[in-house]
Amino acid sequence: MSKSDASIDIRALYKIFGNSPKQYVDAVRSGLSKAELGKSHKHILGLNNINISMPAGKIQVIMGLSGSGKSTLIRHINRLIEPTSGSITIDGRNILDMPETELRDFRRNWTAMVFQRFALLPHRTVIDNVTFGLEIRGIDKAKSRDIGVRWIDRVGLVGYESRYPHELSGGMQQRVGLARALSNDASILLMDEAYSALDPLIRTDMQAMLLELQKELKKTIVFITHDLDEALRIGDRIVILRDGSIVQEGNSQDILLRPADEYIKRFVKDVNRGRYIKIEAIMEKARISDRKSLPKLKASTTLEVAARELTKTSHDAAFVTDDSGRTIGVVSLRQITAALSTTFGTP
Amino acid sequence: MDWIFEFPQLNPDWLLSAKRFIDGSFRTLTRAYGGTIENGFYPLQRVLIFIENVITSAPWPLVILVLAGTAWFAARRWSVVATVVALLMAIGMLGLWHDAMKTISLVFSATIFSIAIGFPLGILMNRFKRVGGILKTMLDIMQTMPPFVYLIPVVMLLGIGRVPGFIAVVIYAIPPIIRLTDLGIRLVDKEVLEAADAYGCSQSQKLWKVQLPLAMPTIMAGINQTIMMALGMVVIASMIGVQGLGLNVLQAIANQYFTQGIFNGFAIVGIAIIFDRISQAYGQRLQKHQGTTHE
Repeated sequence: MSKSDASIDIRALYKIFGNSPKQYVDAVRSGLSKAELGKSHKHILGLNNINISMPAGKIQVIMGLSGSGKSTLIRHINRLIEPTSGSITIDGRNILDMPETELRDFRRNWTAMVFQRFALLPHRTVIDNVTFGLEIRGIDKAKSRDIGVRWIDRVGLVGYESRYPHELSGGMQQRVGLARALSNDASILLMDEAYSALDPLIRTDMQAMLLELQKELKKTIVFITHDLDEALRIGDRIVILRDGSIVQEGNSQDILLRPADEYIKRFVKDVNRGRYIKIEAIMEKARISDRKSLPKLKASTTLEVAARELTKTSHDAAFVTDDSGRTIGVVSLRQITAALSTTFGTP
Repeated sequence: MDWIFEFPQLNPDWLLSAKRFIDGSFRTLTRAYGGTIENGFYPLQRVLIFIENVITSAPWPLVILVLAGTAWFAARRWSVVATVVALLMAIGMLGLWHDAMKTISLVFSATIFSIAIGFPLGILMNRFKRVGGILKTMLDIMQTMPPFVYLIPVVMLLGIGRVPGFIAVVIYAIPPIIRLTDLGIRLVDKEVLEAADAYGCSQSQKLWKVQLPLAMPTIMAGINQTIMMALGMVVIASMIGVQGLGLNVLQAIANQYFTQGIFNGFAIVGIAIIFDRISQAYGQRLQKHQGTTHE
């Protein structure tokens, strides 16, 4: 992909809903709370001083419960919602300054969006839905059809090209939504609770498909969810929002092992830690020579897998190796068990 | 205590002179510009006569064939085609073929004209809220004002005949198509619109590729209503010189010809059913793919 820089840099972003939002920005900056703003000024604080740097080619998850501002935030990235103040920089340009036509161009070429309730065009067939973005950009019919057919194949909908959305199940409709977004070949993929309306099993399939596709596509994906499991599973980086503010930012290991506050601890409590914590995060860093022969485990192995592998052997510890096979540490069965069961001691 | 029973109306002399002034100036206006205005409507008159000639002079089997074909195209159901043919045959056998064709041609022209004006107005009404507000008030007035009242200035300006009748029918029949075009666009799913924006649609792409196709079933309902209103107006329009079934009904009322009234009334109902079935079936077929999405 020749597109220059698909990282997203959000700085000091505020969104206040109400009749005259501008006049309250300063007050909010200097500490007016959401509750107070709502109660005595009848304005709603949507986003409060959001700063996020989303690196290009990674999956950035934004997690929060309803009302946390996550959907508002993702809609600022393609400016479906106008900000009250702040900046969003993509490829050196501030999205929030763009005039109408430039913004339209940016939306056509840089971003593609997948929606919670699919938002397919009911009067168009699957193939015509998938090529919608290309049609809007004015790409000729035969060419966009080829692209469309290819993506329909990639998302596993071959044979459904001329069906209408209402003839498909929810999971299939969202595959159409995904194919529509991918056929646009935009470097930024915005996924607004894309899988929240799907059954758990189908959701897992779709997550796996996204991860599989991402290995090769390397797009900047902004993924909104209210489900911590989903966030941990697919997020390279995770931001947790509450009441329009960022509560914690980090990768899955940070969130699980070092939750920022009680609010996040409550979330993390019910998560299957063994599935997400990697042994890298709990190992003892040591450059031990091979004086004992221990089994070797990759740094990215999860606790669950590590425990299973170790119990198969007679050893109670393993060397942790990096991608090139170099030993970078040691992890013991005891440490693994401790990490599986701890509800947060201090690290 | 007299004032409590006597409404404090404006000075009667003042009212009288106001009425005289308005009537007088309107009359002057009519005398001065009546001819010009009438000439302005001359092309419209030519078009109306042309359409009427085409329809009335066409051989009856051809008319039945065309309407049956339209019914098939719109509904794709033999039952609808059969209904249309049976009704046309019945109207013809009652000896009302020629008058029915005149009525159909008027309703046809009035509907086409109403759509041509009403559809863009509906879009404008949706796009510009302020214009929409004004337009809505005007439509309310048009729909509640008794037709006889606006017949007065039309007749004063244009006299009696085809064109004033046509105008009266259009004024009466145009509100539904405007309203339902606006409504149809407003009812389009917000999420779908958001998707259109997210993919960078321009205003006109959004309108033509998303809003109008999705609003089409509602717009078809508006067209259906417009046709029905136009048909309902043919009797009143016949009072100012429109020929056809309406005129027969009018004569029947004046002379107490019960059977003539019933037959012609039946023919109007028959035409109404034909237009209604065709336009509704088409609307339903449009709606087929727009069933609510799976949850």
